[in-house]
Amino acid sequence: MELLDLVWLIPALPLAGFLLLVLGGRLLGEPGAGWLATAMMAGSFGATVAVFVGLLDRPEEERVFGQTLFEWMPIGGWDIDFGFYVDPLSVAMCLFITGVGTLIHLYSVGYMHGDADFSKFFLYLNLFAFSMLMLVLGDNLLLTFLGWEGVGACSYFLISFWFTDPEKASAGKKAFVTNRIGDWGFMVAIFACLAALGSISYDEILSGAGSLSGTTATLIAACLFVGAIGKSAQFPLYVWLPDAMAGPTPVSALIHAATMVTSGVYLLTRVNPIIAEADTWIQPTIAWVGAGTALFAATIAVSQKDIKKVLAYSTVSQLGYMFLAVGVGAYVPAVFHMITHAFFKALLFLGSGSVIHGMHEEQDMTRMGGLRKYMPITAATFIVGWLAIAGVPPFSGFFSKDEILLYAWAENPALWAVGLVTALLTAFYMSRQVFLVFFGEERFTVDADHDDHAEVAAVDEGDADTALDTEGSEAEALEHPDTADAPQHDDVHVLHAEPHESPWTMTLPLVALAGLAMVGGAIQLPFTSDLHFLEDWLHPVLGDNEAHIDVATGTKVGLAVVAALIALTGIAIAWAIYVRKLRRPVEPAILEEGWRYDRAITSFMGGPGRAGFEAASTFDRTVVDGAVNGVGALVRRSGGGLRGLQSGFVRNYALGIAGGAVLLLAYFLAQVTL
Amino acid sequence: MLLAAGVEPSWYLVLASALFAIGATGLLVRRNPLVMFMCVELMLNAVTLTFVTFSRMLDDIGGQAVVVFVLVVAAAEVVVGLGIIVAIMRRRPDATADDLALLKG
Amino acid sequence: METFVFFVAAAICLAGALGVVLSKNPVHSALSLVGTLFGVAVLFVAQNANFLAAVQVIIYAGAIVVLFLFVIMLLGVDRAENLSVDPLVGQRAAAIVAGVAIFALPVAALATTGWDATGAIANLGSVSDSAVPDVEGIGRVLFTRYIFALEITSILLAIAVVGAVMLAKKSPKAADMIVDLPARPTSTDADADAASADATSEEGTA
Repeated sequence: MELLDLVWLIPALPLAGFLLLVLGGRLLGEPGAGWLATAMMAGSFGATVAVFVGLLDRPEEERVFGQTLFEWMPIGGWDIDFGFYVDPLSVAMCLFITGVGTLIHLYSVGYMHGDADFSKFFLYLNLFAFSMLMLVLGDNLLLTFLGWEGVGACSYFLISFWFTDPEKASAGKKAFVTNRIGDWGFMVAIFACLAALGSISYDEILSGAGSLSGTTATLIAACLFVGAIGKSAQFPLYVWLPDAMAGPTPVSALIHAATMVTSGVYLLTRVNPIIAEADTWIQPTIAWVGAGTALFAATIAVSQKDIKKVLAYSTVSQLGYMFLAVGVGAYVPAVFHMITHAFFKALLFLGSGSVIHGMHEEQDMTRMGGLRKYMPITAATFIVGWLAIAGVPPFSGFFSKDEILLYAWAENPALWAVGLVTALLTAFYMSRQVFLVFFGEERFTVDADHDDHAEVAAVDEGDADTALDTEGSEAEALEHPDTADAPQHDDVHVLHAEPHESPWTMTLPLVALAGLAMVGGAIQLPFTSDLHFLEDWLHPVLGDNEAHIDVATGTKVGLAVVAALIALTGIAIAWAIYVRKLRRPVEPAILEEGWRYDRAITSFMGGPGRAGFEAASTFDRTVVDGAVNGVGALVRRSGGGLRGLQSGFVRNYALGIAGGAVLLLAYFLAQVTL
Repeated sequence: MLLAAGVEPSWYLVLASALFAIGATGLLVRRNPLVMFMCVELMLNAVTLTFVTFSRMLDDIGGQAVVVFVLVVAAAEVVVGLGIIVAIMRRRPDATADDLALLKG
Repeated sequence: METFVFFVAAAICLAGALGVVLSKNPVHSALSLVGTLFGVAVLFVAQNANFLAAVQVIIYAGAIVVLFLFVIMLLGVDRAENLSVDPLVGQRAAAIVAGVAIFALPVAALATTGWDATGAIANLGSVSDSAVPDVEGIGRVLFTRYIFALEITSILLAIAVVGAVMLAKKSPKAADMIVDLPARPTSTDADADAASADATSEEGTA
């Protein structure tokens, strides 16, 4: 048996895990359900590696193939099959989805410890993994759409996992509703494909893209881009992602950083021949939306106080980089950044989860500080993630971001400039986060009396008091006292137990991801084309649609040095402000509120938008419902009239029969005589 | 003309039409369900007379065979019909066919 | 000879038919029906349908009309019916119009054929052939060509018997189903007593 035939196992194992957990999740309970789900993901990862090895054995031109399982929807002349499309791109996606997914499953076993719905969480996680793999492996647009909706639904379930909290429940709804807008675009694209090409299988779309007219290709590409904007949280549909942090942290790491949100980038990469056929304005639009989103979200991240919100806006910003790359035709750097981002952003989210766990569900960074001595492993791994995302060589983020900036430079220096400013901000806000959380003084206090851990009970009461005093003064110095946050100063954060390091199930994934974040850049090293492993690997997928840049090596080196310097500058500024306190931090309220974008939407929807909806609703009630009800009333009235015929008098009925017989007789007579 | 020619088979047919029309009119006019049934029997008889007449006109025994079936059906119909009438009348001894309108929902 | 027989029998038939329709008392209607049936039987004989004439007398006059009379007597509904008015407005006028049309239209059709209606011959056997009696002819046809239909009529009869039994069976709950049935003080029927007892107990609980 060939290794490649194992491809069906990749999504089947998580599906099996999901079904088993549906049936017996409660029986397994904790931690059995978690281990089962993790084992399924690990098996899926193993199957992916097997397929990867099998694909490596083949010559390059044979690395794209399909496996049809069964005919899914025979509709007239259209046959939509249920099959897998295996090529270097989908396998690359699967590798990091299952790999990072397994680590996050493992992490969740520790993180969700003690949760009442422990098994339900893993049930959703496995369902998510299945949907995500279907999205990536599906051999036609509809199957991808199935996965697309599946991950959307799982995202909804998991954001509002603690649904008894109304805020979390509404965050889930927000994500779901916002995604519908993007899904609309995706659906229109599917219909347009079916109408224009008569097929939605990737095989035929990608080979038939050349025969599309420019307008059709533009329509399809634009609609798919709308879908990608929704799923990958780009401007103007990014609003759901920061709120999605209401879900458990492993969910943020898996769905809202590493995998689901990158599916928009995957989709655009997948259909690159269509984008190549589309009008020339499509690609710059994608690039500018990406660059704009990257800068926009980075500015917001600068002022966030919630440890997860910083990462959320950072994710939006990094996704913007990927769109920028797709927009300039740099698909390989886009996928490269997707992979490295999956490593380091999952690492950062899991690290923040570990911090939240250790701080007993505290998320406000202004109440942390000095945590590196309490949770050394988390701190060390988080620092690796920080250096990676900030773009400090030789960590992975440096290479991928540098690639994107290089292509942006070749396409349009303005794009490069925006990307560079974003890189500066990225380095700054991530450094701010690290300094606030792990360095500096402790801005919390431990109340040992309420604690039941023996070793923490030994903490001296007097120490706690002094800590409280310093906390007050230091916080004054740190925060600007004239903002609305002032009341927080009175409310001293009291922990009932000392911050603690997380169990091994949580730290092991951190260490593994830290390792990947450190060396992940090796899959696509710059300068010499011999080291472009990812580019060679993806070549059968992209062909000539990958942009080819002609930049002198000296310029390349110069750009890389500039990027590295920018990163170090950002870190230095943050160090100056948050560690040395040379300057008071500038964190305007408008940035903290995300440029008041959410509020603008709310007031628009509450004002003119609402009036529009009311008008539509009135139209619906009077005209549309009126027509429907009118037909109903007409039928009812005529029926009421006809009901009079049914008098209940048998002789009346008999008269009817006699009249009919007479009429028939007259008719026949007329036939004979006339 | 008719008398001069002796008995024409078509006379039987005219008679049958008359019997049928009287039966139909009676069915429509009378309110006693039993009498209505008798009118139905009249109409059936008119039809059997027609069959026998055609059997003679065409010199074909098939017409008479059909009459046997008509008789069987008439017998079955009378049995069921009288059963219904008995069921109704037992509960409402003075019911007429019009009173069945009460069954209307 | 046949002319004479025809006119006498036809007169009996029509008189009987009118008697059925016009008699106020159902008993008189039933007796008039016997006259019609007898007249038709005579007409059958006049047309060489001797077997059918016998069957007509035995089944119709002998069985069916007796059944009618039996039901009339059983239910005691031999009261005169008021025929001077019809509660359904226009029913009577429409009925007469329909009756006239039903008579006139076939006759008119017959007239268009020159009083000589014809049809296709099935060639099942001759009526006039004296060598084959009509009983034998009918029997031959019924048990060869119409054997399937004959078997089905047997099923029909069986169903009719079962149906009649089910319809006429006295349901123990019958009294409960009639809301406006006045309790009969003269009834000695145990069922009726039980039913009225049920009714009173229900009233008590209500």
